[in-house]
Amino acid sequence: MWSLIKTIWNVFLHSFRKRVTIQYPEKKPYLAPRSRARIILSRDPDGGERCVACYLCAIACPVDCIALQATEDKDERRYPEFFRINFSRCIFCGYCEEACPTYAIQLTPDFEMAEYNRQNLVYEKEDLLIDGPGKYPGYNYWRVSGARIAGKDKGEAENEAPPVDLRSLMP
Amino acid sequence: MTSPYPIAAIAGILIVALSLAALLIWVERRLLALWQDRYGPNRVGPFGLLQVVADMIKIFTKEDWLPPFADKAVFIIAPAIIMVTVLLSFAVVPFSPGIIVVDLNIALLFFLGMSSLGVYSIVLAGWASDSKYSLIGGLRAAAQMISYEVFMSLSLMGVVLLAGSFRLSAIVEAQKRLWFVIPQFLGFLLFLIAGVAEARRLPFDLPEAEAELVAGFHSEYSGMKFGMFFVGEYLGVILISSMITVLFFGGWLGPWLPPIVWFLIKMFAFICFFILLRASLPRLRFDQLMSWGWKVMLPLALLNLIVTGAVVVAWR
Repeated sequence: MWSLIKTIWNVFLHSFRKRVTIQYPEKKPYLAPRSRARIILSRDPDGGERCVACYLCAIACPVDCIALQATEDKDERRYPEFFRINFSRCIFCGYCEEACPTYAIQLTPDFEMAEYNRQNLVYEKEDLLIDGPGKYPGYNYWRVSGARIAGKDKGEAENEAPPVDLRSLMP
Repeated sequence: MTSPYPIAAIAGILIVALSLAALLIWVERRLLALWQDRYGPNRVGPFGLLQVVADMIKIFTKEDWLPPFADKAVFIIAPAIIMVTVLLSFAVVPFSPGIIVVDLNIALLFFLGMSSLGVYSIVLAGWASDSKYSLIGGLRAAAQMISYEVFMSLSLMGVVLLAGSFRLSAIVEAQKRLWFVIPQFLGFLLFLIAGVAEARRLPFDLPEAEAELVAGFHSEYSGMKFGMFFVGEYLGVILISSMITVLFFGGWLGPWLPPIVWFLIKMFAFICFFILLRASLPRLRFDQLMSWGWKVMLPLALLNLIVTGAVVVAWR
């Protein structure tokens, strides 16, 4: 009985507390820089696409909302012919960002992407690509990786030793 | 004492009571939000006041579904009963001198009788819906009402003994020197608890218990019929609050302000208390409810009656 009265009193005291609700459209909530919402595709510092169309994001995606098709350009660099994310399926888990070996796919804090038409939630590559490098400013995959492309042979990447000739006995 | 313009009084009380009941939906949501550190509906119109209008438009345009398995006639009549009985009870409530539809000399008995009849609405609704959740809700309502009705009327007899009348305006006049809440504090507590049970509000909302019974007796109702149960519940809250005001807190009596304002202030305070109860207390278990009613409240009500009777006899 006493605890009931105490409960009623304690609840009444909440009349004088500060309300936790943020009046959203007028006041924007603080969003942590690493909070996960709209997905973007970033470019490396030279302006080229970072995505190498390895499909790892599409495989990691638990709701299968990412579709892409790999192809190669004239420099023998792999890139996606199309890259499509269906945001009406996306659950913003961030697994694609974790899976990405080239920091290409990244999640941003922008969450205001409501649409009246469901079809508009399917984002194509031109909707996803941004002009900058996103969260990793200095990183250029093609410059540091050992993969061979036109104009950069094996062993010519940054911090990469020349390849060892396995058939030679010389030290 | 009866109003010189009865038709105007009836129309006025009807309109005010119904619009107050509709407004209570907004009041309740805002107050619950306040006590849960939220805002509640504050977007539609100033302070979200037009939320009531939005809710009304919604409820009027909902599909009015009649279940094919239901007992049609009873199913349709049931929600009307609660509205009729609660609104009839308002006829005897003295809001202020002059604002009363009919000043019956047995007004208190009329109120008790009407609130007992209101149970039929819920039992019949549960029965006519022909679904197990509705039926359980209806049966719970029947059991709960019978047990709480008994000590509800008994708890009021102390007030009647002190005032010497069943006439509500006479009871108010008898509180000129001292509000009955002081000599009849136990009676007030008993009536408050019984009133919460009578209005089927949390912690005694077992007939609808949405955690267990979907929505209890009105699971199968939709559209305006559900709206009538809904408004009927809020009308019940207003009615119980005004009865507490009349019987224990001196009705319209009070200094400086006009009588009707005093009445409304007191009534509103109790409505807020009802909502506070809902915000803070969990629902009782059904067997706790029954044993609480029969083993604690009824003996206390009888004790209150005996002591009050003895004091009144000794006084004279």
